Amino acid sequence: MELLRDKAKSLLKSGAVQVVIGYAAGSATDRFRPHFARSADEADRLVFGDGCRQNLAVYLLKPEVRAMGKAAVVGGPTTLRTLLQYAVENQVSDGSAVALALEDGRVEELTSFAAVEEYLAQRPHGLSEEDRAELEQHAGRSREDRWAYWSGELARCIRCYACRAACPLCYCEQCITENNQPQWVPVASDAFGNLEWNVVRAMHLAGRCVNCGSCAAACPQNIRIDLLNQVLAQEAMTQFGAEAGYSVRKEYALSVFKPDDKETFIR
Amino acid sequence: MSESSILQRASLGAWLEAMGRAGRRVLAPVQEADRVVFGTPSAPEQIATGFVQTPGSAKSVVFPPFDEMLRFRTNGEDVHVEEPSIAAEPTVLFGVRPCDAASFATLKAVFTWDSPDAWVESRMANLTVISVSCTQCDEYCFCTSVGGGPGSTQGSDILLTPLDDRRWLVEVLTEKGRAAAGLAPQLFAPANGEAASKEKLLAQVPVRFEAKEVAGELPSLFDHPEVWKEQSLRCLGCGACAFVCPTCSCFDIQDERVRDQGTRLRCWDSCGFRLFTLHASGHNPRHVQSERWRQRVMHKFSYQPERLGVTGCVGCGRCSRACPVDMNLGEHVRRLSEMSV
Amino acid sequence: MAEYEPKIIAFVCNWCTYAGADLTGTSRIHYAPNVRVVRLPCTGRIDFMLILQAFGQGADGVIVSGCHPGDCHYTAGNFHARRRWMLFRRLLDFVGVDMRRVTFSWVSAAEGAKWAELVNSVVADVRKLGPYEEFPQRLGGPGQKPIEVA
Repeated sequence: MELLRDKAKSLLKSGAVQVVIGYAAGSATDRFRPHFARSADEADRLVFGDGCRQNLAVYLLKPEVRAMGKAAVVGGPTTLRTLLQYAVENQVSDGSAVALALEDGRVEELTSFAAVEEYLAQRPHGLSEEDRAELEQHAGRSREDRWAYWSGELARCIRCYACRAACPLCYCEQCITENNQPQWVPVASDAFGNLEWNVVRAMHLAGRCVNCGSCAAACPQNIRIDLLNQVLAQEAMTQFGAEAGYSVRKEYALSVFKPDDKETFIR
Repeated sequence: MSESSILQRASLGAWLEAMGRAGRRVLAPVQEADRVVFGTPSAPEQIATGFVQTPGSAKSVVFPPFDEMLRFRTNGEDVHVEEPSIAAEPTVLFGVRPCDAASFATLKAVFTWDSPDAWVESRMANLTVISVSCTQCDEYCFCTSVGGGPGSTQGSDILLTPLDDRRWLVEVLTEKGRAAAGLAPQLFAPANGEAASKEKLLAQVPVRFEAKEVAGELPSLFDHPEVWKEQSLRCLGCGACAFVCPTCSCFDIQDERVRDQGTRLRCWDSCGFRLFTLHASGHNPRHVQSERWRQRVMHKFSYQPERLGVTGCVGCGRCSRACPVDMNLGEHVRRLSEMSV
Repeated sequence: MAEYEPKIIAFVCNWCTYAGADLTGTSRIHYAPNVRVVRLPCTGRIDFMLILQAFGQGADGVIVSGCHPGDCHYTAGNFHARRRWMLFRRLLDFVGVDMRRVTFSWVSAAEGAKWAELVNSVVADVRKLGPYEEFPQRLGGPGQKPIEVA
């Protein structure tokens, strides 16, 4: 914790960054909240612990935060992957943000995309064993069971769009749900509208999602919508070898193709 | 019109059955997998009791996430319109917290202030609220700051307070409450002075601010954008707070149309959304999140008290529990109340 | 009671499958009349949401078809579409949508007979499956249940 605070203070003092986006203590002992440290005093409130899971890279694109100047963002591997995916999508330029990678109480300052790439290259890729097992357990059920589960879960969606807001890669100025000529996704939180919204959200993140889990963590209804992203990420990896957020040179899986892409499903 | 009596918890089944026989639909917090939701319990044991607060509010009983207002079918110039019936089903809402009961007063004020909303009004007229006092609270609760309390009777037709594991103290508060208790009068025994022990049994909810004072102070903060910006810096602009809120009542009217037919829906909306105030011209009078946050606070704690005579918040703390970035409403309003400008 | 007739929506590209279906007609090949064809410029334009919308508005089955790989009028639209369908199919399957009701195919402008076979086989398959009742219907759409009287 002290290491992080000292690092933040030195970055702020030297003028290398104007704000450090990290976590501070929240309303309850097990809760943390995003914290914007712009001074040494504010940096003293930075904390890091097990519950600090929200992907803070989401703030890098917010106009209010951009207006503060250059930012350093605190986080783990998925936050770093977000940064590289932002680079792929031309949202953040090299050197315009610093990443403070936290691991086992140590903090590493990564100032360029190349440094982030190198850092990530040394760490495990893809889903954790636990996540993979969970995904397989869901996928392994009968179609009827899967439909019963998902239609039941998605029916509980209240369409607050917390998933969209918390997702660093859902950054469209105008979301498809906000277009009403035509209204592709019905506004009402009925069964069809909810299915459509959740499928659209997952599909628009297919090949881009970095599996940070912020969507599901944000869901006030506790719907495991992150599984929808995970299954697509896994499929993109299996079919196209595409993994988002490990390289700034990697192209978006759905904007490229290979003539010999598999097509076993086509008759 | 408070009348006290004692009800054995074991008698709840008999009371609910009597309600069913009288044609009342019963809704209560029920345990469903790992969460508590409002539903129709098939047995009294299904009714959840150990929770501090349900994640979702009970407002959907009178103001559902979407309401079908009418259906239409067009044939050239001809428009055929079909309207749903407004008559609501007699409903008993059992086991809500006193803050939820109080929220119906705010909803009523909003939906009846000039042109009464027929749907909401009809559902309210047919609704009996049987609430249960709180014996526990958490760090998000602040009912005592907004005129409520863990044993407040406001908005309830009957308030039950757990005396021990076996018995409830029953306070019948309104005519509707009397009718509900009257469905099985044999279940209620005289209270014999036990009503006096109610206060001791309640949760201790600290007072964080005085809503009345806040209402007076807020207008002077309106033109201090830095205050609102600082508070809302981490706000992501989703609608979780508004959609779990028991008093948020903003809606959006939408036509869902497929070719020559369609339906007109009234859907929940949230002032936190960018789209909420976006004009057709592209201009947005609340173009940054801090202004939307200011609106949320001002509407609940200044405009509604001023115009409708009710506070637009009952201190249930749901918004703060649901917020992905821990925007704690009670804490923010307390901070505002401490600011002198 | 009349026999159940499946409703099939086909999203096809303008240059190959639509022309192929035209050829089926001019070749006087009879095929099941259960299909409603929606013509789009290219399979690359066939947004996955169209497939959901078809089911949400009462379709029992959907066909998506365009030019064979390498034959795209716009060079690569079908290659992009193929990747998108790959992921989309996986997602729909994961949430339990009945994938036997979604058929992807390549039908060229010369394959009038293949179009007829494709439609016939999809209609036969969906006929066996019956109406897709479990799929939620779009409010305001033709599949919406009659107005509820509270």
